[in-house]
Amino acid sequence: MSSPVLLDTIRRVETPEGITLNLRVAGPVARALAWGMDSLIRYGALWGLSMGLAVLGWGGFGIWLIALFLIEWFYPVAFEMYADGATPGKKALGLQVVLVNGAPVDWPAALIRNLLRAVDFLPVFYGFGVVAMLISRDFQRLGDLAAGTMVIYRDPPVKPLALPPGPALPPPLALSTAEQQWLIAFAERGPVLNPERQEELAALLADCTSGLQGVAAVERLRAHARWLVGEHP
Amino acid sequence: MKQRPFEQRYAADWRAFAATLDRLERRKPDRNAAPLSMAEFPAAYRRLCQQLSIARARCYSGPLLDRLNQLALRAHQQLYQAPRRRGRAALDFLLADFPRRVRADARLFWLCAALFYLPLLGMGLAVHQSPELIYSLLSPETVAEIEENYAPGQEAVDRAAAADLAMFGYYIHNNIGIGFRTFAGGVLLGVGAAFMLVFNGVFIGAVSGYLTARGYIETFYTFVAGHGAFELTGIVLAGVAGLKLGWAVAAPGRLGRAEALRRAAAEGVRLIIGVAALLVLAAFIEAFWSSNRAIPAAAKYAVGGAGWLLVIAYLGWAGRRAP
Repeated sequence: MSSPVLLDTIRRVETPEGITLNLRVAGPVARALAWGMDSLIRYGALWGLSMGLAVLGWGGFGIWLIALFLIEWFYPVAFEMYADGATPGKKALGLQVVLVNGAPVDWPAALIRNLLRAVDFLPVFYGFGVVAMLISRDFQRLGDLAAGTMVIYRDPPVKPLALPPGPALPPPLALSTAEQQWLIAFAERGPVLNPERQEELAALLADCTSGLQGVAAVERLRAHARWLVGEHP
Repeated sequence: MKQRPFEQRYAADWRAFAATLDRLERRKPDRNAAPLSMAEFPAAYRRLCQQLSIARARCYSGPLLDRLNQLALRAHQQLYQAPRRRGRAALDFLLADFPRRVRADARLFWLCAALFYLPLLGMGLAVHQSPELIYSLLSPETVAEIEENYAPGQEAVDRAAAADLAMFGYYIHNNIGIGFRTFAGGVLLGVGAAFMLVFNGVFIGAVSGYLTARGYIETFYTFVAGHGAFELTGIVLAGVAGLKLGWAVAAPGRLGRAEALRRAAAEGVRLIIGVAALLVLAAFIEAFWSSNRAIPAAAKYAVGGAGWLLVIAYLGWAGRRAP
């Protein structure tokens, strides 16, 4: 994520402070799932309303039509404006609508992207929308292009990773910057790899582990990583 | 400096910064309880930006960069969000801004008016001359239904209030939905918006011509007089908003096509809000006034004429003087 390669759907946004923020843009599949969830919520709410309003007869039908109109056009607008740029479906999938400069979506943009949904839906089942998403750089449908918005992943909070405590040793040979990063990444990812896989990876670095085997080799690599990030022996 | 001493030196700052963001991101931002005061926040953000740049330049490990990137993004979203405007701004928009925007697009307005009213008049006259032409557009059942609605001699049959409310809901859902689709359809090089204008013109013209030829003049025209000014103008203005999008895509001028579309959409969306307001008014009149057959015809024509004068005066002169 922090060192994007061409395969990643990362959008870099330059801020007025002169730094770049990395945003992970969401693709058609995640967005379609979010849309499906939102549709269930919308039609569920309309069905519930129709049950409740049925007792009011014709007048209830009129109120239901107004509710249908509001839910059809303004359900996403309201949530994107007032609930951190995400409808319930988007929130469930960890998505968020932002302006292309990374700022939160404002009301004209929220309104534009959701009114133009009517065209994205054409000719059948979001045909134009999907084609526009596949052509545009940041998976933008026509509504996103006109509003200047995109849908990104809202990453879960990053917990500061700590290397398990232990000795720190200088590596036995000079390592390039990239090699140092790999070694540190290997040590930091320890908790998410099972021990066998860690030993397998450590075995590939026989030059660094001075012939140690198994758990001892993994421990040696960790010690080098500690030294590289600046922990004192 | 290696990574660990760097992290240790700034860890307290980052914790305070994250706690401040947590407070600000609440539904009701709690600025006083935040560890950093609002006066210190921008400077703290700039320091964080610098630390992120340094960390990137020194190739520190991924999780640290991700953490700083996320903090910077959250702060960026807090600092650069658009201010929320309410109440007063809405009133200013309706009283001055909207008519000004319509006048700024006068040429497009007249083009859309022509696209709507010329087919309306043409079809109206043609169907008036030879009423059977209406079957080229509508099925015999629909024609029979329309005819039944406007047949004279039903003075006694008045709709219940509940039915009025049902029709109000129908007009809101249907008419404003058509307005929104006209706007959205404009992005297809204007074709969608132009089609909606011509189609609605032909349709309304055909029904009017047919009912006039059948001699249902009083029942039909007393019904449409009241809301006509607002509804017909709303349709034309929805076309203006839509054609702005199409024009930007087809002829972006000196801008890139995407940038031209973004700017046209930002203007068009403000027009479409005004259109929605006009159509809500039209739906209200249509449901609760036009349908009331107890009101004498003269009063209905007078209100209809007043509506046209009001719309013309509003779009022509409202907001000309600075407040």
